[in-house]
Amino acid sequence: MPDQSVVKVLEAHQLSKQVSSPEGTLTILNDVSFSIHAGETVAVVGPSGAGKSTLLALLAGLDLPTSGHVDLNGSNLSDLDEDGRAILRAESVGFVFQSFHLVPSLNALENVMLPLELAGHDEARKAAREIIDKVGLGDRWSHYPAQLSGGEKQRVAIARAFATEPAVLFADEPTGNLDSRTGANIMELMFELNRSSATTLILVTHDSNLADRCERVLSLDIGSLVSDSGATA
Amino acid sequence: MKAVVFALRSFGRELRSGEVLVLLAAVSLAVAALTAVGFLTDRIGKAVTRQANEVLAADLRLRSQEPVPDEWRELAADYNLQVADTMSFPSVVFHGDDNALSSVKVVSDAYPLRGSVRVSDELFGEQRTVDGIPRAGEVWADGALLARVGADVGDTLDIGELQLKVSAVLTYRPDQSIGFASLAPTVIMNIADIGASGLIGEGSRVRYALLVAGDETDVAGFNEAIQDILPDEIRVRSQEESSERAYNAADRAQQFLSLTAVISLLLSAVAVAMSARRFATRRMDTVALMKSLGATQGFVITVSLVQLVLLGALGVITGSVVGFAAEEIIASILSDLLAGELPDTGLRPVILASGSALVLMMGFALPSMIQLRNTPPLRILRHDEMPPSPSRLLVGGLSLMAVAALLYRSVGDPRMLVILIGGIVVIAGALYLVGRGLVAIIGRARSGVGVAWRYGLANVARRGRDSAVQVVAFGLGITVLLLLTLVRTDLLEGWRQTLDENAPNHFLINIQPHEVEPVGEIFVANSVEVPVFTPLVRARMTTINGESVKDRTYPNEDGKWLANREANLSWSAEMSSSNELLQGQWWPADYAGPPLVSIEEEAATNAGLGIGDKLTFFVAGREIDAEIASVRKINWDSFQPNFFLVLSPGALDNMPTTYISSMRISEEKQPMLIELMRKHPSISVIDLGAILQQVRGIIEKASLAVQAVFVFTLAAGIAVLFAAVQSTIDERRFESAMLRALGARRRVVFAGVMAEFAALGAAAGFLASAGASILAAVVAVQLFELPYQFNPLIWIAGVGAGIFVVCISGFFAARGAVNAAPVDVLRGAPV
Repeated sequence: MPDQSVVKVLEAHQLSKQVSSPEGTLTILNDVSFSIHAGETVAVVGPSGAGKSTLLALLAGLDLPTSGHVDLNGSNLSDLDEDGRAILRAESVGFVFQSFHLVPSLNALENVMLPLELAGHDEARKAAREIIDKVGLGDRWSHYPAQLSGGEKQRVAIARAFATEPAVLFADEPTGNLDSRTGANIMELMFELNRSSATTLILVTHDSNLADRCERVLSLDIGSLVSDSGATA
Repeated sequence: MKAVVFALRSFGRELRSGEVLVLLAAVSLAVAALTAVGFLTDRIGKAVTRQANEVLAADLRLRSQEPVPDEWRELAADYNLQVADTMSFPSVVFHGDDNALSSVKVVSDAYPLRGSVRVSDELFGEQRTVDGIPRAGEVWADGALLARVGADVGDTLDIGELQLKVSAVLTYRPDQSIGFASLAPTVIMNIADIGASGLIGEGSRVRYALLVAGDETDVAGFNEAIQDILPDEIRVRSQEESSERAYNAADRAQQFLSLTAVISLLLSAVAVAMSARRFATRRMDTVALMKSLGATQGFVITVSLVQLVLLGALGVITGSVVGFAAEEIIASILSDLLAGELPDTGLRPVILASGSALVLMMGFALPSMIQLRNTPPLRILRHDEMPPSPSRLLVGGLSLMAVAALLYRSVGDPRMLVILIGGIVVIAGALYLVGRGLVAIIGRARSGVGVAWRYGLANVARRGRDSAVQVVAFGLGITVLLLLTLVRTDLLEGWRQTLDENAPNHFLINIQPHEVEPVGEIFVANSVEVPVFTPLVRARMTTINGESVKDRTYPNEDGKWLANREANLSWSAEMSSSNELLQGQWWPADYAGPPLVSIEEEAATNAGLGIGDKLTFFVAGREIDAEIASVRKINWDSFQPNFFLVLSPGALDNMPTTYISSMRISEEKQPMLIELMRKHPSISVIDLGAILQQVRGIIEKASLAVQAVFVFTLAAGIAVLFAAVQSTIDERRFESAMLRALGARRRVVFAGVMAEFAALGAAAGFLASAGASILAAVVAVQLFELPYQFNPLIWIAGVGAGIFVVCISGFFAARGAVNAAPVDVLRGAPV
């Protein structure tokens, strides 16, 4: 059995992303390469407009690069069509977003069940109940998003993200919509779940304290990778 | 399978969340309207058919001017058929000093062989079905007759030399016709009394009939057996031929109902499309999320389709219940429109409405749902990422196909379908183009107005295409509102006027040539316009193009009968105003050449005749050859004397002629008729007043029913308006929050929103007025064959209604947006 820590789960090869705008072609990411090993916790930092969210979108296969490619769990995302990427995400990716993105028509438990149902999990409800207990919302599972506080919503989102035991968890400014104290609790929960499930965590953040808690920090500026605290590849 | 399970499971959640309610309401409304209209047209159709079947009171009727010979009865008995005898003739009935012309119907025991007679025990009393016929010495008299002579049940009427007791009020007999065959109210008497009545004698105008009924094959056998031995003067009529004759009023009512169904359908379609679009837009975030969590396109589309079908099913259930209940109410209004209760109908309308609802959803909601499939998962991170718009060809094609499929069922007439779809497309296109133009104009106009108006008008201009689309939507809604209110009234009024206002209310028949002048003088003396006296010459057609009319083959029985029976001919220099020339030419007023003849369209078709055919008539020992010079269409509703065959002037000179005439005589001039009858006892005066009243009653009922159905259409129209405003509500909420955050008072923000709606409403109203006027003219002329009159009120009401309706709907829809706490809205209150 290979050592988990040397298996590369995510590789970015010379990623570039350009978009056309009224002012001409705009380069958002420019020749970014790195690789991430299983179980690593990685922070992606940089000022607004540095290309953090774009990088996240490319790494998760939500968008395709203009040039270069991403290997996720051994699959080249550019070789897959949209459905192929979706199936790959269902199997190996989890998300936590800044603005939570819960489905307003579903209650907390049903929101957590969603990815399990999409992945065809046989006992979605049971599994969802377990994880929702773990994030401390065992007594609030039947509440709808509108009835939950910001911190509670993010707990539901975290439960949803970990429910499928993904290989890689992407978190996009997970504390951005929360006060600092709630934010700290949320991060505590996230790191704890990450440890217990050995998930690879990729965290986009502005918060240097948060970034410092990660094993590795990738710094972006104007679309380029300017530093990589743990470059190994 | 996974997707289906997921869709089923999440459908309940969607319902609970209320997100799908707008769409559900639109579908339910469509089904309710379609079900109600469907049930109604079905039941009316059945009632018409039933009455057509009963109209003979038998399976077969042999009618003759002479008593039916006994051998016919014997032949019928050989075929195990039931028979009954009837005679009918006009006669004056007296009660004390009062008298009235009535149609006497003499019947034998078994009458009626099909259907049943209904009577009541007092005037306007509860009616009941009776078996059998009046006893000897008694009569059942029509309520109108009793009212006219001031008699009631138990009184005695003088008919001929008999005094007969009224034992019941006749309310319905199966062979009565709503048309104009029964010009006078009926009295039914027992055949046993006829001998002593002295009513049957030389020269009396009695129509004898032998009614026959029995097993279908026996009737057919008998019918075949008599064909060869049948003398010319006996005319056989079967049920099938009768059922072809649908009643005009019921027919028109059905057309109006169909029109209503069409309009409800279109509105529902628009409402479904708009609410589906909004539903899809609101689901985009969820779809993006699901995709980011690993849902495939196939999964997304399956979930959407399954939910769409479930939604449709739910809409069908609620809509059917509402539609069914509404139909019951409307049916009770209509129940005596066709002289009796409407027959029950099966579940067919529900099935059809359900099918239609599904077609509607597939045609109008599907494109939005398909678009959902293409939602980029990136939208989860970048909210402005939108799926590519569905192909216009797909959207247009699907919706047009759906509309055509749905309309065809309601309209049933390809020509009207084309007119309607054409009208819709032209109006929508014009509305859109002018909508774009308006947006441009408004963009420039905003510099000269206050802040609220500037904000509102800028909104119209900024939303560009969206504003134009809204103008189209509002415009269509208002077009329909106009069609339903003003245009409908115009059309109904026009229709009524063709029967009312100038319609004659009296007929004079059997006027001798020497009486024409003195009768005219009576009119002059009473300051009543002298009517036109139309000559009538009885003749018999002998040959067509030299071939004997007996040997010739005809396209159908009606044609054969027309050629063989005693014909009523007339002649005229001018064509009657109630006629329309279809083919050939009418002769010049001073025509003096060889005889020409003009034939009525239907008669020409039935007898297989056309321009250039030569007819020979035998009149008072002389033969007259006449060539067909023209084919006319007759408007029978005009109540004017009309003839299948009209000859050119001079052709019938010196032939035995009588005259007939129709005229309108106002209430206060009626006494002149007494003078006329006293001076000219041989002239028969027929009072059409009662008949007209009956016709008017039918029309009133029909319009009432149509109006009841229009309630649905109105509801659907308002649903469209709400759906249109709803589709921009999120955007509006955000904008108003932003303005208020910038320091605008709520009143100002509100005024701005209202200004925008007022501008949109005015534009939509203006265009709707144009659309409604054009559509109304087309429908009036093409469908109802009424002259259309321009109505300026449509324009005033259209623009006014546009502003009013859009502002009111906008007020309720946008109120929430304006009142929302700016901080929540601007923060986007993440979920």
